[in-house]
Parts: sequence; C-alpha cells; structure tokens
Amino acid sequence: MNTMRTKTAKQNAITYGIVIIGFLIMQIISATGHMSSSLSGLLIPFCYYVILAVSLNLVVGILGELSLGHAGFMCVGAFSSVFFTKCMENVITNSLVRFIIALIIGALVAAVFGILIGIPVLRLKGDYLAIVTLAFGEIIKNLVNVLFIGKDSHGLHFSMKDTLSLGMEPDGQVIVNGPQGITGIPKDSTFVIGVVLVLITLFIVLRLINSRDGRAIQSIRDNRIAAESIGINVTKYKLMAFSVSAGLAGIGGALYAHNLSTLSATPKNFGYNMSIMILVYVVLGGIGNIRGSVIAPIVLNLVLDYFLRKLQMLGSNPVLQFLSDNRMLVYAIVLIVIMLFSWSPKMIEWRERVFHKNAKEEA
Amino acid sequence: MSFLNYLISGISLGSVYAIIALGYTMVYGIAKMLNFAHGDVIMVGAYVVFYSTAAGMPAIPAVLLSVVICTVLGMVIEAVAYRPLRSAASPLAVLITAIGVSYLLQNLALLFWSSNTKSFTSVVKIPALKVAGLNISGETMVTILACIVIVVGLTLFINKTKPGQAMLAVSEDKGAAQLMGINVNATIALTFAIGSGLAAIAGVLLCSAYPSLTPYTGSMPGIKAFVAAVFGGIGSIPGAMIGGILLGIIEIFGKAYISSQMADAIVFAVLIVVLLVKPTGLLGKQIQEKV
Repeated sequence: MNTMRTKTAKQNAITYGIVIIGFLIMQIISATGHMSSSLSGLLIPFCYYVILAVSLNLVVGILGELSLGHAGFMCVGAFSSVFFTKCMENVITNSLVRFIIALIIGALVAAVFGILIGIPVLRLKGDYLAIVTLAFGEIIKNLVNVLFIGKDSHGLHFSMKDTLSLGMEPDGQVIVNGPQGITGIPKDSTFVIGVVLVLITLFIVLRLINSRDGRAIQSIRDNRIAAESIGINVTKYKLMAFSVSAGLAGIGGALYAHNLSTLSATPKNFGYNMSIMILVYVVLGGIGNIRGSVIAPIVLNLVLDYFLRKLQMLGSNPVLQFLSDNRMLVYAIVLIVIMLFSWSPKMIEWRERVFHKNAKEEA
Repeated sequence: MSFLNYLISGISLGSVYAIIALGYTMVYGIAKMLNFAHGDVIMVGAYVVFYSTAAGMPAIPAVLLSVVICTVLGMVIEAVAYRPLRSAASPLAVLITAIGVSYLLQNLALLFWSSNTKSFTSVVKIPALKVAGLNISGETMVTILACIVIVVGLTLFINKTKPGQAMLAVSEDKGAAQLMGINVNATIALTFAIGSGLAAIAGVLLCSAYPSLTPYTGSMPGIKAFVAAVFGGIGSIPGAMIGGILLGIIEIFGKAYISSQMADAIVFAVLIVVLLVKPTGLLGKQIQEKV
C-alpha cells in the first residue's frame, strides 16, 4: 500500500513537473527575446485548453460518462465571470483580486449548471448524459445570444428581447448586449495566472482521483453493479465528478474570456466544434490519463497552429494548405483512428502479437 | 383557426422526427449504441436528392437513389467504425467513434459541398389542400402518409418475417441468438441499412418542408429525434412514432405561443422532464438488469 502511494505521488510529481518545466522554457524563450508574437499569443490558450482537457478527462476517463457539452460549461463560466468583472470594474480596482473573485464565480456558476443537468441525467444508466450535454451546449449558446442585461442606478435590468425593453435610466449601461455579447473586457488573464490555474486544476483532479471518493468514482466506471452492491451511492459520486468537471471548465472559460476584449457566444468558440476539439485532446492524450491531457493540447496546437504556419511560410505546399484549412476534418479522422487503434479488441491482439514477436527476436 | 394550422404543421414536423427516431430506436435497441452519425446521414440523403434533381433527374428516382446511397453509407459506417469496437472493453469507445463519424460526415460535406446554404426544391408536386379555411400543403400530406406507411411496414416486417424476428432476438440476447443460428453481424448490418434508408427519406421530407440545406442540417433534427425516441420509449417502434409526433407538436406550439428562440430549449426541457418522471418513456418497458 505504501509503495503504491509513493508510486502515485511520483507519477503526480512528474505531471506537475511537466507543467512547471514548460512554464520555465517559455519564460526562458521570452527572456532571451526569442518569443515570436504568434507563439506568445498561444500561451494563454495553452493554459485554458489544458484546463478544459483535464476537466473533461475527469468525466470521460475517470467517471466513464461521455460529456459533449464542455464548451457549454465554458460558456457559462466565461459569461458569469466577465459579467462580474464588468459590474465591479470601478468598484474593485485591483485587477488581480477582481479576477480571482471572477474566477471563483465562473467556477461556481458552471458547477451549479453541472449539478442542475446532472441530477435528472446521472441517476439513469445509459448514454443520456452524452445527448443532454450535447443539447445543453447548443442551447446555452442560443440563450446567451438573446440575453440583455443592463445596469443603472436602480440596479440590474434583464430582458430577452432587446436593449430598449430593459427600461433603464438614461445613465444606464448595457453590460450584456445580446448577440454582440460583452464588450470592453479588461484583459486580466496572464500566462502566469494561467499556469497557476493549470496547477490548481491538476491538484484538484489528481487529489480527487487518489482519494477515497476518487476510488468510488472509478469503481462505478469499472462495474456499476458491483459498486452499488458494496454500498457506493452511485448518483452522488457521479454528480460529484461531473460538477467538479463543470466547475473547472468554468475556470477555463473565465480564463478564456478575460483574454479577449469582446466576448460573444458564437458557434466557433462555444459551439459543438469546441466540445469536440476538447474531446480530441482527451482521446489523443489517452482516456483516463491526466498527464496525456496536459500534453496533448499543447502538442496538437503547436503542430497545427505554430509549426504548420512556419512551414507554410517557407513554401506553399498543397498538403499543408489542406491540413490547415480542414483542421476539423483532421480532428475527426484522428478521433476515429485512435479509437479504433486503441480500443478494438482485434487491434489490441494484433499489437500484443507484434510486441511479443519483437520481444522474442530480441531474446 | 390558426391553432389547427399549427397543429397540422406540428404533426407534419413530428412525422419527420418519427421517421428519424425509428432509425435511432432500432439501432439503439439492437446495437445498444447511440448512433450520433444518424443525423448526418439525413443531411447526406438530402444533398444527394438536391444534386440529382439539379442534374435533371425526376423526383422519385432521385429519392430512390438517395435511399440506396444512404443505405450503403450506413452499412459502411457500421462495418468500418462500429463493428470492430462492438466487443471493446469500454462502452464509451463506440460512442466516441460515433461522434467522430458524425463529425467526419459534417466536415466532408463542408469540403465537397461548401457551407453555403442550398435552397432545396421540394420533391412533392401535389397542390395544397384547402379544407374549411385550413391550408394543408402537399408536403404535409406526403410526410404524414409516409410516416404511417413506414411504421406499419416496419411493424409487419419485424413481427412477420424471419429477418425481423432475428432482429428482435439479437436485441434481446446476442449470445443466445447466435446459438440459435442467427447471423448477428448480418442482422445488425441490416438494422443499420434500414435505419439509414429511413434517414434518407426523412432528409428529403425535412428539406422539402424546410428548404434550407447546409452540412449542419441533420444534426439538430437528429438530436431531437433521439429526444423523441426517449420520449416514446427507446426500442419501441410505435413509441418512436408517438414520441416524434408529440415532440413536433410541442416544438411548433412552443415556437408559436412562447418564443421562437426558446423552442429548442423547450424541446430539451421535455427530455429532462421525461427523464425525471418516466425514464423508460411512454411505451418503454422496464428492463431488469441481469448480473
């Protein structure tokens, strides 16, 4: 037992170490003046992609349920945190304090949405979570687009129609402006805060996995009936994992939103594509492998965003052009091929045979 | 009078959902998997009809061509992407692959047919019927008729023919069915073939009534049809029909009387309520888990 514990501690330390070393490398690159603008623009996205991938892996890999609305929770976290920031812009002038409170609010609101969705769905067995989260992701985007919130001396005004029906005083300020979203967001996200948030996310997820609760969650994934029969409250633990994951996605959303000046819900940022992209990170990194979810988003983004663009600058190549134009197609193929390769029983058998042969030849 | 008009367009939309839901519910019943790509097969079917009628093909052969292409597509998807994972250790594996297939179809459609909205010309040439101030379009009549014919046909097929009985057997117990000499792989492939063929018909009917066609046309009706299948009781053919029609009526009434932007949210609120109150759906059976 003790050796097992030190082994997990060592494994976790390696995961934290990768993040810290990555951070130091980026700091060295920027201190020596080698940081290009295209790379520095990717630093904060790296952080929120890692947070989103790690939190989705908690649901997909550890709990064993499929959530297709991770972008929806991200959207909730983004809008609630930015709404707070805009309201408090002139009240709390210290941007760090304000951002920390905004992050906590984003996480809490997203977690509450996670619980609200989880209660009806997670007590059932079957694939209902996948379809409900998929629908949630699509609907929350539409709802945000018809939401108008303004603030004046009388307090807050809500409307689902337009800014005029808010009925505000002339001095009122429209904060959430329907499809235009929220404008003039202070840029509170920094790379250092991003890395700290990644470490906090990892700490929460890894502590959860290696705790008594985490073992209960994994036992549900491995055999629901057996877990139930030894007295594990299945719904409670499913809900716990799902709401923690939703809350962490909210943090990712808050980090994302405070990196922009204008936040609006479009199919591009909070749509189905985003949820699938995060799922691709999780699958590429390995389902249930938290360290993989740290590495996969960074590698995939470096390859598809940074190196591909660099290569294209050297000379235009039709294949490279096709890859960068049809990135979503690449994601779809990656998803199918990896699933077939790593989960099909025939493939597993084939891989074992090949490995076995190699081992024999070496001996 | 507008109430009756809304009711009729609700039943018409619901009939399309019912046809899609039949494909969903059959595949779910037999392969125990959510075929996320089902909605995108609808889109492919609609594009085939769009391009073949644009090339001058008459409506009925174009629809038949689309049914054939979608049937083959469904069988290919099943054989390439789903069959190798049927006995995978994790039930998530095939689900994630299904998401990948759905996404692949959407992006291939984007690549071949671009994201521009195509305006679909209705394949139904029957003039609208005017009864006592009600205006029933030809599309509505054909859709409702098609739905009834398909449900009756499928019920007869499953209950009266050997392959249909084989489907029932496989959905109940794969292992036992195999021992009785049923070819499980062929039966599942047949289910996918029928489901995808129905999806093609649904695609044509959907786009005849709502004539804008994009690579994403199929995804939302696909999800809603799943809601309909759950509503009616997943695995049940009459349930899929009742669920589909009720859902169509709810959606149209929601659009008309509450808010057009909230209509989708209302549909999913229905799903949440069904899952809370009666997770087995209207006509679903409670299945006891065997250990």
